[in-house]
Amino acid sequence: MPECLSSGLPIRLVGGLTTGSIYALIALGYTLVYGVLQLINFAHSEVFMGGSLAGLLALEAFTHHGATGGAAYLYLSLIPGMLAGGLVAVALERFAYRPLRRRNAARLAYLISAIGASLLLSNIVLLWRGNQFENYPTTITAEPVLTIGSADVFNRDIIVFVAMAVMLVVLDRFVHWTKTGKGIRAVAQDPETAGMMGVNIDRVITATFLLGGLLAGAAGVLYGMYFGRTRFDIGFVPGIKAFTAAVLGGIGNIRGAMLGGLALGVIENVGAGCFGNQWKDVIAFVVLVLVLMIRPTGLLGEGVGAKA
Amino acid sequence: MTALLATLGALVVAGLLVVAQRRFGPRVMSYYDRNHRWAFPTTFLGFFTVAALLPIWLNVVQEELGVSVGVFALLSLGLNVVVGFAGLLDLGYVAFWAIGAYTMAIFGGTGPLHFAHLSMWQIMPLALGIALLAGVLLGGPTLRLRGDYLAIVTLGFGEIIRILAENLERITRGAKGITDIPSGEIPHDSAFWRGLVDAGVHVENFWIRVYNFFAPGTDHPVRPMPTGRTVVFGVNPIPYYLLLILVIMVMVLVIRRLNESRVGRAWAAIREDEFAAESMGVPTLKYKLWAFAIGASTAGFSGVIYAARVRFVSPESFVLIISITILAAVVLGGIGSIQGAIVGGAVVTLIPEVLRSLSRFSDRFIDARYGIFGAILILMMIFRPQGLVPSRRRAAELKGGAEETKGPLGAGLPAEAEIAAGGADAPA
Repeated sequence: MPECLSSGLPIRLVGGLTTGSIYALIALGYTLVYGVLQLINFAHSEVFMGGSLAGLLALEAFTHHGATGGAAYLYLSLIPGMLAGGLVAVALERFAYRPLRRRNAARLAYLISAIGASLLLSNIVLLWRGNQFENYPTTITAEPVLTIGSADVFNRDIIVFVAMAVMLVVLDRFVHWTKTGKGIRAVAQDPETAGMMGVNIDRVITATFLLGGLLAGAAGVLYGMYFGRTRFDIGFVPGIKAFTAAVLGGIGNIRGAMLGGLALGVIENVGAGCFGNQWKDVIAFVVLVLVLMIRPTGLLGEGVGAKA
Repeated sequence: MTALLATLGALVVAGLLVVAQRRFGPRVMSYYDRNHRWAFPTTFLGFFTVAALLPIWLNVVQEELGVSVGVFALLSLGLNVVVGFAGLLDLGYVAFWAIGAYTMAIFGGTGPLHFAHLSMWQIMPLALGIALLAGVLLGGPTLRLRGDYLAIVTLGFGEIIRILAENLERITRGAKGITDIPSGEIPHDSAFWRGLVDAGVHVENFWIRVYNFFAPGTDHPVRPMPTGRTVVFGVNPIPYYLLLILVIMVMVLVIRRLNESRVGRAWAAIREDEFAAESMGVPTLKYKLWAFAIGASTAGFSGVIYAARVRFVSPESFVLIISITILAAVVLGGIGSIQGAIVGGAVVTLIPEVLRSLSRFSDRFIDARYGIFGAILILMMIFRPQGLVPSRRRAAELKGGAEETKGPLGAGLPAEAEIAAGGADAPA
C-alpha cells in the first residue's frame, strides 16, 4: 500500500465524505432535471451560488442584530438559502428553457441557453457583490465530536453529512409517496403518455426544478459554512464536480447521485493525498472519463422513472 | 471616442442588415443568387481585400484590435467545424488554442526548451501537429459518448490543460508564464529572402507601400530595414493582421471544400441523426475525429500567432470563459455558417471594446461584458437561433420541429422542417 494511503487515510476519508455530501446535494438537482427533460441544467451551479449568497445575507442580517445564536442561526439560514435556490431554478426554467420547449428547439439550443443563463447570473452577482470573497459569519465553532481511527470528526462534518442524508431520504420519499412525485416519475418515463393521462407537464417540470433548486440552495449554505466564504464564481467547480458525481452514479438516478457524490468526494480527496491538492480537479475529471468509457450508464444505471 | 463610434456604427449597420435581410431578403436575393458560380469568389475576394486594406483607415490601437478579431475569427471558424458542422458541443476548445500558444512559447521563448530556438514559421507546423494529435487523443476515447456527456468531458479537458500549464512548472513555468516569445520574423539571410531581394521585391514593405499609396501621409512610414536578421513583424500589428487574414482565407477555402465533400455530408448526417447515419454505413467515429482534428489544428494555428503577437503566455489566458466566448461567437454568427463564424468572431471581440468605451460613464460596463454575452446567448436561442448570418440548412434544424433533432419534450413535425431545409429562399 502506498504511503499516502496508509498515513492520512482516515482524515482524507472524513473530508471526502463531507465534500462528497455537498456534491451529492447539488448532483440531485442535475439528476432530477436530467431524468425529466434529458437536459444538463448547465446553470445549476449558479443556483447553488444563489443559495450560498442568500445564506450569507441571512446570516449577516442575524449577526447584524447582535445576536449570537450559533448553530440555530445556521439552520435558520438554510431556509432563505433553499428558497433562493428554488427561486433561481424556477426562474431559469421559466425564462431560459420554457420558451425553447414551446418551440421544440434543438438540444444544442438548450445547452447554449443554459450557458448564457449561467454567465448572466454569475455576472449579476459579480456586479452586485464585487469580486472579493465574502466571509461567512461563523455560526458554530469547529470542535471535534468523535474520533475515527486517527481522524477527528468535527461537528460541521456531521452537520453536512446528516443534512444531506435527511434531505436525500425526504426527496426519495417525496418522489415515491406524493402525487407530484408520481408525476415526476411519469414524465421521466414517458412525457407524451404522461401528458395524455392528464399530468400537467409544465407544472411537473417546474416542481422538478424547484426541488433541485431547494437542495442546491441548501448545499450552497452548507458549503459556505464549511469553507467559510462565498463569491460570484463559487458555483463553478462544485457544479462541475456534482455533474460528474451525477454521471458517476448514473444520471437520472436519485440514489445514484448520492452514491456518486460520496464516491467522487472520497476519490478526489484520497487521490489528492497521493498526488497533491493541485491535482484534485484533474483526478475528478479523469475519473469521469474512465467511468463514462467503462460504464456509460454510471454505477447504478440511468433513469428517474425506472429506479427512483 | 472614435473607436466607440466606429464600433457602435458597425453594430448598428450589422443590425440594420439583419433587419433588411428579414424584410427585403427574398426580393434582394432574387437579384443576388447565392448559388451563382461567381457569387462565392466575388464575395470572398471582395471581403478579404477590404479586410486587408482596412489598416489604411485604422490607428495602431485599432490595428491591435484587428489582430484580436483575426485570432477570434480563426478560433470560431475552427469551433464552427466541430459544433456547427459535426454537431459536437466542445466546451474545452480553449485547450487547443492553449496548446498552440504554449508550443510557440516553449520552443521559441525563454522556457526550458529555449535552446530549440525555433522561429514562428518552424513552430507553426509543429503546433499544428501537436494540436491535431491532442484533438485525436481527446476525441478517440470520448467521441463515442452522447452529446451532453461530450460537452462535460471536453470542458474537463480544457480545465486539465490549464491545470497542467499551471503545475508543470519545469516545462511551462507555472503561473508565472513564459516571456520573450520571439515575434514573427523573416530572416534576411535565408535563400528565399535573398532570392526575393535579388528579384527586387521587398515583401516587408509591400503592404506599407500599398497603404501609403491609398492614404499618403498617414502613420505608416516605410521603415528602413535593419541589416542582418530582419525583424519584419516586431511590435507592428499589421503583419500579424495580414498573416491572420491569409490563414483565415486558406481555412475558409479548406473548410468550405470539406463541407461540400463526402466529409461534409457525413457531418450533416451525424449531426442530424447519428444512429441513422451509423446504420446507413457512415463511419461516424472517423468523421467526428476529422471534425475534432480540423478544429484543433485551426485553434493551434491561432494560438501560435497569438503567442507570437503578445509574446507572453500564462495559464490565466486560457480559462473556460474563452471557450464560452468562442462558442458565443459561433452561435452569434450562425451555427454552421462560415461567414457567420467570422462575423461572430468580430462581434465578440468588439462588444467588450464598446463596453470599455462606455466605461467612461460607469466602470461597471466592462465588468458586465460576460453577463451581456450571457443575455445575448439566451435571447439568440429564443428569438434568432440561426444567428446573424445563418446557414440555411442549419437554420431549419435549429428552428426546431424536426423529429430527429427535437430537444427535450419536443413533439416533432418533420414535414415542416423538410420544407424549410429543402429550401425556399425566404429566410426562416
